[in-house]
Amino acid sequence: MSESDELAAVRQVLIERAEEPGALLPILHDVQDALGYIPPHTVTTIAEGVNLSRAEVHGVITYYHHFRSAPAARHVIQICRAEACQSMGADALLAHAELRLGCSAHGHSKDGNFTLEPAFCLGLCASSPAMTINEEPHARMTPRSFDALVAQYGDCA
Amino acid sequence: MSGLTIYVPRDSAALAVGAERVAERIAQEAAIRGVSFGMVRNGSRGLFWLEPMVEVSTPAGRVAYGPVTIDDVADLFDAGFAEGAQTHPLSLGLTDEIPYLKKQERLTFARMGITDPVSVADYEAHEGYAGLRRALGLKPEEVVQQVLDSGLRGRGGAAFPAGIKWKTVMATPAAQKYIVCNADEGDSGTFSDRMTMEGDPLMLVEGMTIAGIATGATKGYVYIRSEYPHAIATMNEAIRAAEAAGFLGENILGSGQTFWLEVRKGAGSYVCGEETALLESLEGKRGIVRAKPPLPAITGLFGQPTLINNVITLASVPLILARGAEYYRDFGVGRSRGTLPMQLAGNIKHGGLVEKAFGVTLRELLYDYGGGSASGRPIKAVQVGGPLGAYLPESQWDLPLDYEAYAAVGGTVGHGGIVVHDDTADLSKLARYAMEFCAIESCGKCTPCRIGSTRGVEVIDKIRADNKRVEHVILLRDLCNTMVHGSLCAMGGMTPFPVLSALDHFPQDFGLVVPDRKAA
Ligand SMILES: Cc1cc2nc3c(=O)[nH]c(=O)nc-3n(C[C@H](O)[C@H](O)[C@H](O)COP(=O)(O)O)c2cc1C
Ligand code: SF4
Ligand code: FES
Repeated sequence: MSESDELAAVRQVLIERAEEPGALLPILHDVQDALGYIPPHTVTTIAEGVNLSRAEVHGVITYYHHFRSAPAARHVIQICRAEACQSMGADALLAHAELRLGCSAHGHSKDGNFTLEPAFCLGLCASSPAMTINEEPHARMTPRSFDALVAQYGDCA
Repeated sequence: MSGLTIYVPRDSAALAVGAERVAERIAQEAAIRGVSFGMVRNGSRGLFWLEPMVEVSTPAGRVAYGPVTIDDVADLFDAGFAEGAQTHPLSLGLTDEIPYLKKQERLTFARMGITDPVSVADYEAHEGYAGLRRALGLKPEEVVQQVLDSGLRGRGGAAFPAGIKWKTVMATPAAQKYIVCNADEGDSGTFSDRMTMEGDPLMLVEGMTIAGIATGATKGYVYIRSEYPHAIATMNEAIRAAEAAGFLGENILGSGQTFWLEVRKGAGSYVCGEETALLESLEGKRGIVRAKPPLPAITGLFGQPTLINNVITLASVPLILARGAEYYRDFGVGRSRGTLPMQLAGNIKHGGLVEKAFGVTLRELLYDYGGGSASGRPIKAVQVGGPLGAYLPESQWDLPLDYEAYAAVGGTVGHGGIVVHDDTADLSKLARYAMEFCAIESCGKCTPCRIGSTRGVEVIDKIRADNKRVEHVILLRDLCNTMVHGSLCAMGGMTPFPVLSALDHFPQDFGLVVPDRKAA
């Protein structure tokens, strides 16, 4: 998508949310859902739309872990690192994922197909260790079931 | 269509182990065999080691099968499961007779897994909206009095009496007031808010509507964490269903009362679960903690009086109104009234949701319900109350679960999350993790939390590396003391709880000499 197309999408979001009080988070969610990330060149437009300074909007985007300023890979994998999952081997699962994808947490796989992210609880703690791929939950994971799952989304060797 | 109904959960934890594919497979297999049936995508009963747990309605009651994989489906049909035959090895018998479920005291979770989560008709057929109907016939003060008399305390962690907050908001005059539901549920080991929103969302909608009518608020927000996309979708479905049926919006049930409800999505920040940070986030800002006073009940969202309660707090209200404050208060012990949906998680054989009156012991939960560790190894440490809760050693597992009894030993009940670790756990590593988590998630407003947590990680690393171990333990305790007393909110103020409890009860994991208990 070109920069001007991205700006057009952002303006559309701003029009839809114009009447909402305190709408910055919903706006940022809409932009990220539409474009996959919040392009830095759109921040000024967003700021004007909500009557804030560019720095304030930048401050909000960077404060929240969910928002990204650069595109993710086609598939996003989140692996839970919190206590309940740790007790069932989350550290080993993450280590396996890093090896398999050839990247570390917060990075992209070697083939560019996957983004790997840590998560702090997915609410699946009774079926740990847990992860999501493109927001769909997967529980009671093992390195083997991880490989099988990733294979369904295209190979990454 | 015959009267046959098959239930396959739509709860995330069931989906996470293949419930969607099992549902599809059942539909295919039934079509091949010419079996006609209705399928309900219910919430989960909360017996997660049995998910996907499929149920079939029979004249004797619902019969359960689980955990069902797609490869079992044809076999199940062969064994007559569609007629409720109980001969298949996966048959669990009548659902209501499963001991894990039968021994519980489900008040808030009474409908969980039983109804279609987004069907207003089904909800009403199971006592739903009885509370709102009663509330509409009472004066606001009378509704608030019911909440006060029930003894209900906030289930989100701080355990503040709900009725007092309600009264403050009711008594504060303003042109606009708000109800905010805290559905941020960031604690590891907790999922009862998620289950409620996915499995019985109308209960939360009803609780918030009652809160709006009682306090004079006409607008409500449910702030749901972004990690819960299914909960967000189901809440939105439930809100639309309630509006369509006249239970939400303008002139609710012809009463002249108005209440609108909207879902807002969080963005992956633990501190946004803190109520004032949550308000900042709802206002479109960075979720940084505000100093109190002013209390949100007086100056809250957009500067207006705002009632903020946790999901389970608000979801407990319909039943209190429907059955009366006394009915609810009669469960529990001491000043901990009613029930708590406790969440058994981590290294536990039978992880899931256990709703019991306060007063149950951890040992009962771990062994009578949980069946011991998942690994089969001895249980070593149990963290109760989320990432800011203490690690409890076996000597403390016989305490009654009760806010005051836990506080007396430096523990917290919090949101009722119970995370089990077996004897392979290294408590110095978990203590380090607690500090690291605080460093990642700190909102940065105050120094003890922002800097102290990073220093905490460094000091624990030195202890673990045997670098001036004894001196660094003294330094760590000092640092914890500063964080406890100098932090603005419980993030910095309670992170020392898991750290100090690990140090006190599991000194061997820090390479320290174990005190001779017999000599003491
Ligand atoms: C760091 C931090 C995180 C919190 N996270 C949550 C949360 O995820 N959910 C919640 O209900 N309360 C959370 N709380 C407690 C809230 O600040 C507040 O006490 C609660 O929402 C009030 O509702 P209640 O009275 O119904 O419990 C958190 C508190 C702190 C200090
Ligand atoms: S204790 Fe931590 S999270 Fe709480 S206000 Fe201070 S810096 Fe923010
Ligand atoms: S701790 Fe991993 S899903 Fe909750």
